[in-house]
Amino acid sequence: MIEVTDLSKRFGDKVAVDRLSFQVQPGRVTGFLGPNGAGKSTTMRLILGLDHPNGGSATINGKRYAELAAPLRTVGALLEAKSVHSSRSARNHLLFLAQTQGLPPSRVDEMLDLVGLRDVANRRAGGFSLGMGQRLGVAAALLGDPQVLLLDEPVNGLDPEGVLWIRNLMKGLASQGKTVLVSSHLMNEMAVTADHLIVIGRGRLIVAAATEDVIARGSGQAVRVRTPEPDRLTDLIVAEGGKAIPAANGNGNGVEPGDHAPVLTVTGIPAPRIGELAAYASIVLHELTPQLATLEDAFLELTADSLEFGHLNPEPAGQSTEGNAR
Amino acid sequence: MSVTAASGQLESASAQAGRPAGFGHVMLAEWTKIRSVRSTVWSLIIFIIATLGLTALFTWLTVHQLQNGHGPRRGADLLADPVSFILGTGLGLGQLAICVLGALTMTTEYSTGVIRASLLAVPKRIPVLAAKCVVFAALIFVIGEIVSFCSFFIGMALVRPLATVSLSQPGVTRAIIGAGLYLTVLGLFALAIGSLVRHSAGAISIVIGLVLVVPPLLGLLDSYSWGAHIHAWFPTVAGGYITTDHQQAGQLLTPWQGFAVFCGWTVLLLAAGSYLLKRRDA
Repeated sequence: MIEVTDLSKRFGDKVAVDRLSFQVQPGRVTGFLGPNGAGKSTTMRLILGLDHPNGGSATINGKRYAELAAPLRTVGALLEAKSVHSSRSARNHLLFLAQTQGLPPSRVDEMLDLVGLRDVANRRAGGFSLGMGQRLGVAAALLGDPQVLLLDEPVNGLDPEGVLWIRNLMKGLASQGKTVLVSSHLMNEMAVTADHLIVIGRGRLIVAAATEDVIARGSGQAVRVRTPEPDRLTDLIVAEGGKAIPAANGNGNGVEPGDHAPVLTVTGIPAPRIGELAAYASIVLHELTPQLATLEDAFLELTADSLEFGHLNPEPAGQSTEGNAR
Repeated sequence: MSVTAASGQLESASAQAGRPAGFGHVMLAEWTKIRSVRSTVWSLIIFIIATLGLTALFTWLTVHQLQNGHGPRRGADLLADPVSFILGTGLGLGQLAICVLGALTMTTEYSTGVIRASLLAVPKRIPVLAAKCVVFAALIFVIGEIVSFCSFFIGMALVRPLATVSLSQPGVTRAIIGAGLYLTVLGLFALAIGSLVRHSAGAISIVIGLVLVVPPLLGLLDSYSWGAHIHAWFPTVAGGYITTDHQQAGQLLTPWQGFAVFCGWTVLLLAAGSYLLKRRDA
């Protein structure tokens, strides 16, 4: 289990992590979400003892990282930044790590097989592709068969096959009862991988909950309605207490080609009730689709106030000089 | 790909080594690191070739000129102090390779990001630097002594027509062994500066400046008493005293005193490096 309590970190006068507290439980994949610059990597580096906090603490199975006797046997980490010497072979990189923990050299070969780098094990790591480098990082993280794993943006730059591989790997590790914390800014990736989410913005905790709960906390359910008589339907919906706003008459799912009927996005009324209203008033509907809120919607809503660069969050004029940083 | 299979295989290994990894493990890891990068191999090859080649070349040229009746200034040096001449010529340039290797041994950890992997494996941090120093010093000591003795024997053979030098003359064996010791501490000195500066180019420039540029400038101060003391106590100058078979006139420190001063500077820098390694974010 990872336990973060009141963790704070400043770089100069910039607050990167601000009294952050959360727990990561074993046996499930916990997604660590936040916009770029939210403090995800810094938090992970603080947990791993690479950076020193200005306040608070982070413990792994009750101990600070620096107190772990053979840390790689307890915690495996894949950091976003590269940490391999370009002229050292993959095998020698893993070998020296294994030696620090008193692990047998045979363990290195097991890991090379596991991540599929056996054939290139003696090649200079500097010539590795992004995906191969990522696999080497995973091998290093799993070297000591740790109970706790921290993976910082592991699918960054990977091809679909690599993404699937990492995803299955994380789920497999969690199902063995390991603690898996994986950071990402790719919400849809987290939606299919993570059982639990910790969302942060500007170094602060926004929400920590099960993935479904985070999605449910997003925008209220919207329904997409296509009808040739939008005005009459809108009146009925408004009378019922809902809201209907015209949506782009675009490429809805399963729309008949050539159907130019306007589209409404209805909120506040569930889809069955909209169907009833239309039937009573004999209004023809071409489409009636409940729009499930995605994790992306929920995420954008949750972090809207905390984006590092306020391009999704127009601030009052004169206050925001950040907008042009985009 | 099965993770289960892999973790099952490790259980036996974990069980037999439940104790914390010791300093020996960290030293073994540092040995793996140092032998598995090209810069180590190349630096040492350059060191060996430059030192032996230049010793042979300079000694032969000087002897040749003396025999033909030309008396260059170097010739006088050779006749007055053949041992220092032999050990000084090749090593004077070859030592730069050791400086570069020492600095790189530490700075490439930062430039490549390996430092993160290293510190995740050894979060107490200081053992990483300590093990690196021990392994690096052992490597340079062995190679340094071999090259020093080889230099001497090459030079001895070449100066035979003009001067007789042998290991049994007073101070000669000490000077040759001292040359290997000097190279070892010089490497550690460079490594310590690397640990402070953390940038390859910066660290190498500083070390080479301290070895080549500053000492001759300090020599200009020798006419003042305080200046002579600064000169004598300067790390790379004091360290060099042990590589000559007898004290020069007016030399303020004995060879071993000079070596102790050089060691003291190096320990001081390593202590500062350790402190910063522990304190700084990696």
